Amino acid sequence: MIRELHEKLKSGTLTAVSLAESYLSRIDERDGEIGAFLSILGEDARKSARFVDEKIARGEEIGLLEGVPGAVKDNMCKVGTRTTAGSKILDGYVSPYDATVIERLSGAGAVILGKTNMDEFAMGSSTESSAYRQTKNPVDPERVPGGSSGGSAAAVADGMAVFALGSDTGGSIRQPASFCGIVGLKPTYGRVSRYGLIAMASSLDQIGPFTQTVEDAAIVFSEIYGYDPMDVTTAESDGKRFEDFLSGDICGLRIGVPKEYLSGGLDDRVRKTFDASVERFRSLGAEIREISLPHAKYALPVYYIIMPSEVSSNLARFDGVRYGMSVDDKTERFSESDTLLETYLDTRGYGFGDEVKRRVMLGTYALSAGYYDAYYKKAQDVRKLIRKDFADAFREVDLVFSPTAPEPAFRFGAKQDDPVGMYLSDIYTVTANLAGIPAISFPMGTVEEEGKRLPVGGQLMGKWFDEETMLRAADAFEKAGADERK
Amino acid sequence: MLTSEEVKHIALLARIGLTDSEVEKYRNELSGVLDFFHELGELDLSRESVGDGIPVKENDTREDRVAEFVEIGREDILNGVPVRKDGFIKVRSVF
Repeated sequence: MIRELHEKLKSGTLTAVSLAESYLSRIDERDGEIGAFLSILGEDARKSARFVDEKIARGEEIGLLEGVPGAVKDNMCKVGTRTTAGSKILDGYVSPYDATVIERLSGAGAVILGKTNMDEFAMGSSTESSAYRQTKNPVDPERVPGGSSGGSAAAVADGMAVFALGSDTGGSIRQPASFCGIVGLKPTYGRVSRYGLIAMASSLDQIGPFTQTVEDAAIVFSEIYGYDPMDVTTAESDGKRFEDFLSGDICGLRIGVPKEYLSGGLDDRVRKTFDASVERFRSLGAEIREISLPHAKYALPVYYIIMPSEVSSNLARFDGVRYGMSVDDKTERFSESDTLLETYLDTRGYGFGDEVKRRVMLGTYALSAGYYDAYYKKAQDVRKLIRKDFADAFREVDLVFSPTAPEPAFRFGAKQDDPVGMYLSDIYTVTANLAGIPAISFPMGTVEEEGKRLPVGGQLMGKWFDEETMLRAADAFEKAGADERK
Repeated sequence: MLTSEEVKHIALLARIGLTDSEVEKYRNELSGVLDFFHELGELDLSRESVGDGIPVKENDTREDRVAEFVEIGREDILNGVPVRKDGFIKVRSVF
């Protein structure tokens, strides 16, 4: 899709301004119903689009992403705009600087239409924990779009943006991509700078794109990755343009299917779609092998110890003193005294939602005196074993294939009173974050529920810093699917 | 099952004000999640080698010096502060 738009812009059959206008009107028309955006940056978007048109008029070369309208999740700072991370506690906060990804998108000439809704501080699998609004799944408005990057996924799925950035700590790009029937890429940890991303769990967070096609994901990813002096965990850029690797040929590629993933809570219909997808890979010439990830069953408990521990530390900065809101003047009070402690208790008690409180407290507990060894230290040790499972698997196979989520999009409210049930939504996705490997979700089919065809995603996981093999396989799968429909 | 006192203690450490009904609610919910962690208890790590042999990026360190914010001004940063007075950030007394 991006390549076609690029050709049209270059040949003059389309202007960047008219392209931006058409997306802004689509938002205007649709977003009241869908609820994907928290803020719309119409003026900024028009300005960047005009800049691209002027460049074209001067006969200058333009890059692939130039003039292409996209959106970013509202936990990424863009100078002069509201950045709420979906939380009441950041109500009124205006970013004083650009996140590195925003700088890179702007540098690449992308047109940023607005900032998208999300679960509060990216904690959730349905976008229902946003303090601001509900986001509906464009496929079925009675269902959630997934989360936490539900706004970004819904914006792309509903044609309100060509691409959108999300952040993925335990599946927050891949699971909503699966629920909305689009592509979502979580790069290797260290690929994309987290500077200016409001931190959730720093050893797990990674930014990546949502798009309609695998090629588009490769194009956006190529523009945003690389070393950043402001994020010490970023790796040197290896100069790859990932869209150049999409040959469509996966003959001889070894794809592993972990036996541990195909039991337990996996929906039968998702399983069937998955089995058919395995066959499609096989018919494309890939060699399918059963593999074992012996510590897979510990991934979710490990994740739900490490992530909240990092959350409790990262979210300590929201204290009613430095930024966002302070409830010193609110009538709702949690303590009697009139000291700084009261500012903290009141601001955080009032400003944080349920799920955030739950996770901050869980993390505080896991890190507290007497429990540290039993929870946090043990979880870190098991995390190493999970990494080792993948290192061992990648000696035998090039990629690991699984469903993205155990079920299709669920209805609003279905899991809201059941935290552990909500957490199970991440069962296949958290391992990639724990191991730091790249993973992509792409549409692998649909299942029928109550008369609707609901999309389900397949997930490919690759070796550290080997996004290209994963993208090549997902692209080949997508192209084969398009051929089958012809 | 966590006790109410434990939940209150955690909430205070976490600097989160809770009402009494919230204490009860989180007592149930947090206990549910903690049960879910017990699976890890069955793993005996004393027999496993926990090194995974995968190279990790060495820590980068840099000289600790004051950097100028080029385009971000002092005022832009202070604008985010909820309560200001005479060029300072105003907070309540600690004691």
